[in-house]
Amino acid sequence: MTIIETKDLDLWYGSMQALKKINLSMEEKSITALIGPSGCGKSTFLRTLNRMNDLVPGVRIEGQVIYNGEDIFSPKVDVNGLRYEVGMVFQKPNPFMMSIYDNIAYGPRTHGIKSKVKLDEIVEKALVDASLFDEVKDRLRKSALGLSGGQQQRLCIARALAVQPKVLLMDEPTSALDPISTAKIEELAMSLCDRYTIIIVTHNMQQALRIAHKTAFFLLGEVIEYDTTERIFSNPSDSRTEDYVTGRFG
Amino acid sequence: MIERISGTRRTWCTVMKALCYLSLILVTALTAFMILYVLFRGVPHITPQLLFTKPSTLRHTIGILPDILNTIYIVIATLVVVLPIGVGAAIYLNEYATNRKIVELIEFAAETLSGIPSIIYGLVGMLVFVQFCSLGTSLMAGALTLVIMNLPTIMRTTQESLKTVPESYREGAFALGAGKWRVIRTVVLPTCVNGIVTGCILSIGRILSESAALLFTAGFAHNINGFIDGLGSAGATLTVALYVYASERGEFDIAFAIASILMVLTVIINLLTGYMGRLMKRRNGQ
Ligand SMILES: Nc1ncnc2c1ncn2[C@@H]1O[C@H](COP(=O)(O)OP(=O)(O)OP(=O)(O)O)[C@@H](O)[C@H]1O
Ligand SMILES: [Mg+2]
Repeated sequence: MTIIETKDLDLWYGSMQALKKINLSMEEKSITALIGPSGCGKSTFLRTLNRMNDLVPGVRIEGQVIYNGEDIFSPKVDVNGLRYEVGMVFQKPNPFMMSIYDNIAYGPRTHGIKSKVKLDEIVEKALVDASLFDEVKDRLRKSALGLSGGQQQRLCIARALAVQPKVLLMDEPTSALDPISTAKIEELAMSLCDRYTIIIVTHNMQQALRIAHKTAFFLLGEVIEYDTTERIFSNPSDSRTEDYVTGRFG
Repeated sequence: MIERISGTRRTWCTVMKALCYLSLILVTALTAFMILYVLFRGVPHITPQLLFTKPSTLRHTIGILPDILNTIYIVIATLVVVLPIGVGAAIYLNEYATNRKIVELIEFAAETLSGIPSIIYGLVGMLVFVQFCSLGTSLMAGALTLVIMNLPTIMRTTQESLKTVPESYREGAFALGAGKWRVIRTVVLPTCVNGIVTGCILSIGRILSESAALLFTAGFAHNINGFIDGLGSAGATLTVALYVYASERGEFDIAFAIASILMVLTVIINLLTGYMGRLMKRRNGQ
């Protein structure tokens, strides 16, 4: 079943068009990878899906993003409600200057959950899901800034999972991490995709090949090709895709 | 190959170096002289009677307890009023305002406001708070005048520390579905609380050292009052008392005793500001 679908999505930063007529539809409970050279609009596209671009002054958007059958730009839509369901993990880990526990409880508390028992349960589950629990269970009340980069990134994933989103947007979540942390996060993504829909931006072809069911190739604000990962990497129909995935440019 | 330095050049270097040392010695000596002279003349006169009584014309004794209390009252009253306004303005300018022109205009106004000689604040405070608002010559009128004086300080330091909060914190919170005010209250403000505290400490320093503006607005009575009564009546702060005792009553011993107390307070405040700065760096660097 399709969970997110974009229809002729255009986006401008001032007078510069960053996205051109994007038509993509993402399957529920699958991993979609977005690849393409730097500056081609992957992050911009991802941030459009939970309306994070609303925060950037001078952005103009045309076209539609249909989430669960509803246009997310319709005036009836509550942006904060949308962001509860479409969570995001950023390129650089950005834990808040709080304890590990409070970081993860931030979303649920924003949601209005106050019961200590319930919060404890949510925090533990999120940490387990992000395979971080064993490493931090003795220091939940310590500052999250004391964690290593890889741990911080998994904390940010746990923080996003704690509000039980339907969709998880990840913008190069492993680009600042070492290979072991990267492998952990890839494993994590694969183990989460039976419950969550994951859309991930990556510069790492191997990563897309390892974890994504489908892959979209972006170039200069356009989607050149969107297909199963297997086809994109083994038998692409566009020569530009082939050049890119074989490393001949980009 | 080492080039040989000509004789005149070497002399020149030596002279400049000597001059630098001379200025260093001069600065250190002047500071040390100031501090030691004030302490030397003041400390012997800091007695329990001075600290814990009020002046009595019958017994011909002088005590500065009322002035100490007045100083505390005026610091509290000023901060209570200036903090919400200053921090609120900073939050508005940094987090909500979208019109760059207006923001720059307000920042420029604040910058200008903080450069105006304090006696002008006193004059305006006297006309506006004392007379027009009919607060009379009172600590409250003085405090409100100090509020205007310190507003730019609080606003600017808060703004500067708001600017150091990384955008990624805000984005992280927004991405969890938090509303704007919740993001500010729970993520942005706690991160920059040190900056706000630094602003407060700087303000306290300015309040302690202020005399001109308060002479016009708060007067120079030496009565012991409670907080609320105190705000409603005229009263001298320590600095104003120093001025009064030295210039109108010729009580130089008392003036130097007060000066020593103020000096020690200033040192404490400087240390606190430095400590806050280091604390902030440590937390941000983690
Ligand atoms: N806030 C912004 N204001 C103006 N232009 C922007 C902004 N953010 C991105 N752009 C421009 O939009 C284009 C797409 O940027 P985007 O960040 O989406 O690229 P990307 O594919 O994510 O690149 P990378 O792989 O380097 O992260 C770029 O040309 C970029 O300069
Ligand atoms: Mg990007």
